[in-house]
Amino acid sequence: MSHDHDHDHDQNQNQNHNHSHEHEPPSPQAIRAEAIESLLLEKGLLAPTAVDEVIARYSERVGPMNGAKIVARAWRDPEFKARLLKAGTEAIAEFNLEGGQVEKLVVVENTPEQHNVVVCTLCSCYPWAVLGLPPKWYKDPAYRSRIVREPRTLLEEMGTVIPDSVDIRVWDSSAEIRYLVLPLPPADVAENIGDYTESELADRISRDSMIGVEVL
Amino acid sequence: MSDMELTGQVEPPMANGEVIFEAPWQSRIFGMARVLCEAGHYTWDEFRAHLINQIEAWERANNSAAKIEKGGEVEYPYFDCFLGALTDMLESKSLCSELDLAARSEEFAARPHGHDH
Repeated sequence: MSHDHDHDHDQNQNQNHNHSHEHEPPSPQAIRAEAIESLLLEKGLLAPTAVDEVIARYSERVGPMNGAKIVARAWRDPEFKARLLKAGTEAIAEFNLEGGQVEKLVVVENTPEQHNVVVCTLCSCYPWAVLGLPPKWYKDPAYRSRIVREPRTLLEEMGTVIPDSVDIRVWDSSAEIRYLVLPLPPADVAENIGDYTESELADRISRDSMIGVEVL
Repeated sequence: MSDMELTGQVEPPMANGEVIFEAPWQSRIFGMARVLCEAGHYTWDEFRAHLINQIEAWERANNSAAKIEKGGEVEYPYFDCFLGALTDMLESKSLCSELDLAARSEEFAARPHGHDH
């Protein structure tokens, strides 16, 4: 990657012109992206602010905080949890989430006997509405192949030790199905879960636990 | 696997220290791909098929499976594959031809560096 410095600062601004860094010429990819955008604008295929709106949606409003709310409710509300595990897409409808890619959401529950972890072996499929856009490592060829071949070893390398007594099940996203892991609550929370509000619980839930590469 | 550090906080993707896009052009092509899909020019399944083709071709050309098997690191340009998928998609739906795109890219590349419109 030719751009190895921080571009966060202009993430949410109009980026039609990739020349904010005058000390280096734009990469061929940046030029090509700009060329595509200018042609599509000319053809009337893009409204002038449409791309900015989509970037703002996925940078600001769609993210793992939405999945955390769902997990928190499932921890507190057995009736909701049952619905969520039975039909994920229908159960999360009441949250009115934007972002898509949950048209067939399957929620898989971690138990003391089984740990679940999610991958997309072919590309980068991910339940955007509940987790946002995937982190870089999720798209990496090493994660995509090794989590299938040697999940226990890879999870350990990522800092998550799953005891040998616990089975690991790997779920590969297909053309239609997206997966969300329902993690077990942290031990201190599990004992008196009713004492916490949903929002307090959501604060304890990480993105990585909902992909299944972390245990809370 | 240095990229795989876990970041735990549940906050919007840009606020939790995780950079989803590493350069503005990456967010632009993602945004364009979504806008055209949401406008009904193609389905995300169609886009996904082009993306899978691009990724497969890259992995084949770079022999990444064998390198990973041997414990090596692979520098993987996901968004280059995404860019390839977008141009394939535009071409296959006659939304923008590779010919036009090449000409416009050449024109932009020839601009004096540091130009200002």
